[in-house]
Amino acid sequence: MAVEMPQPAATPMAARELQGLLTNYRRTWRASIFSSVLAPLMSLVALGMSLGKIVDAGPGAHTFGTVDGQPVKYLLFLAPALMANTAMQTAIGESTYPVMSAMKWQKTYHAAIASPLSAFDVYLGHVMFIGLRVLMNCGIFLGTMALFGAVEAAGPAGIGPLLALPAAVLTGLAFAAPVVAWAVLQERDTGFSVVFRFVMIPLFLFSGTFFPVSQLPALIRPLAYVTPLWHGVDLCRGLALGSATAGSVLLHVGYLAAVVIAGLWYGARTFRRRLNP
Amino acid sequence: MAQITSADAPLIKAVGLRKVFPPAKRGGEPFTAVDGVDFELRRGEVFGFLGPNGAGKSSTMRMIGCVSPISGGELTILGMDPRVDSSRIKARLGVVPQEDSLDLELRVRENLLIYGRYFGLKRAEIAERTAELLEFVQLADRAESTVEPLSGGMKRRLTIARSLINSPEILILDEPTTGLDPQARHVVWDRLFRLKQAGTTLVLTTHYMDEAEQLCDRLVVMDHGRIAAEGSPRDLIERYSTREVLEIRFAPGSGDHESALAKAEGLIGTGERGSIDRLEELPDRILLYSDDGEAALAAVHGSGITPLASLVRRSSLEDVFLHLTGRTLVD
Ligand SMILES: Nc1ncnc2c1ncn2[C@@H]1O[C@H](COP(=O)(O)OP(=O)(O)OP(=O)(O)O)[C@@H](O)[C@H]1O
Ligand SMILES: [Mg+2]
Repeated sequence: MAVEMPQPAATPMAARELQGLLTNYRRTWRASIFSSVLAPLMSLVALGMSLGKIVDAGPGAHTFGTVDGQPVKYLLFLAPALMANTAMQTAIGESTYPVMSAMKWQKTYHAAIASPLSAFDVYLGHVMFIGLRVLMNCGIFLGTMALFGAVEAAGPAGIGPLLALPAAVLTGLAFAAPVVAWAVLQERDTGFSVVFRFVMIPLFLFSGTFFPVSQLPALIRPLAYVTPLWHGVDLCRGLALGSATAGSVLLHVGYLAAVVIAGLWYGARTFRRRLNP
Repeated sequence: MAQITSADAPLIKAVGLRKVFPPAKRGGEPFTAVDGVDFELRRGEVFGFLGPNGAGKSSTMRMIGCVSPISGGELTILGMDPRVDSSRIKARLGVVPQEDSLDLELRVRENLLIYGRYFGLKRAEIAERTAELLEFVQLADRAESTVEPLSGGMKRRLTIARSLINSPEILILDEPTTGLDPQARHVVWDRLFRLKQAGTTLVLTTHYMDEAEQLCDRLVVMDHGRIAAEGSPRDLIERYSTREVLEIRFAPGSGDHESALAKAEGLIGTGERGSIDRLEELPDRILLYSDDGEAALAAVHGSGITPLASLVRRSSLEDVFLHLTGRTLVD
């Protein structure tokens, strides 16, 4: 149950959970930051820079769209999509084992709900924390993109690549909200490796990160369109390259926001069921 | 609105309180863990729940702690309804759950910091309370240690310190000393006693009779989700047991135990000196309840029973428990 009456000058309940997780993160960040930024960085170097040179010189150079009549370089096509993937991977990583630990191993969720926090506050605080983690990792990734020449001024006032950052956070939340809600129900961690192998990897490969979804066989193309990752990839890319239209931005933001809201609705239920039996 | 409770109003009042868990599987039976209990917690007292495994003690504690919705009856805590005001109630409670829920990766001090923040306390206030509380539970020198490697007793003391961060009016302790060595238990008892002296109201569950006798002003014995008896430890012993108990043991497998049992039954309610009120059979001994244990022993010998060993002692809560639940408390 959430508090009905606001307490003036007191930190909102969910923000208290967020603070707790940040205090914890201050002690444990070293292990996580490396892996969550390193993997997409390797893709950027291996594919964007090396393969990119071949692709840009070949007959398929126009496959990746045009901006101002010029074909988009593969590195620029790939990099913002990898940022959306960083968002997804960070979000899923933070939404699985840490949730199980807080629920079953260390029981820190149970500790939190004995205080004025409700089960929903704890859930919301955790999703907010993951949003911050996504912002951090994607921010670092964007900085690295710039170092590797994968960022060019585009869009309104040339800040398109920066606008891709909040888009990546929204993409991350679209994974975090439902995955945290689901993870709290898990009795064992076997479901997590299923998610890593059969959700995260296929999405990574087939959601338009490495090639436009239009290249997929017509039969499976609609599948790509319903995944949040495709919306995130297309949104980040469109913003970073300055090629996004108002309509496409609205569609993608609307879709991702709807997934977040559906996730929150589900999480309110699963957390209450598990923490207030 | 925070409700004003008058000084003598009970801090917690439960009437016909029930907890029914939904079936684990579809088509299964719902499970009634707490089946209509009534109790009142008065300001400044230590109130205990005794009961065998599965009696419903933790389920009751969790309802009082506002983390488990009640399934029936009425529950009022600090004058408020947990269904409406759980957050406000929880702000004034301290909870030591049956299972520790510490953040093992963090330092001792950081655990208290996070918990204090949950209650919306300011950092400076938390730092001050932390120093006091760690001193109080004798962990001041471990403030900067990671929690993981601490001993069970230290973790329990840390959990108690954490539960006090908001200076609670009611402290709920679910088996505060289970799994601790005797030394550690005595430290915990001492601290709980000091809290009571300082005016904190305590509700606790325990499997230890000595703990209940030492700490509790009043207690209830729970069994199968119901309250079997209520009173002060002394009351309960007077009401449900005799002054003394004679314990007799026999060589295992000799058959003496069984034959003695039959003979001893003949000594019940004879009205003579050494007459026994009733007896309880345990796997390894027979307990004979009498107001005069030595006379009962003489009567036992007189009836031709020759125990391998015998012991006369005063009745304890354990005997009350055994009588009411038909079980010993040793798990
Ligand atoms: N979430 C739950 N869902 C279903 N049944 C439950 C749940 N929690 C407890 N129970 C059942 O309710 C009964 C009472 O459990 P409870 O934990 O209240 O007992 P207890 O008196 O605290 O026992 P112990 O001394 O072992 O801690 C048990 O049979 C238990 O299996
Ligand atoms: Mg219990």
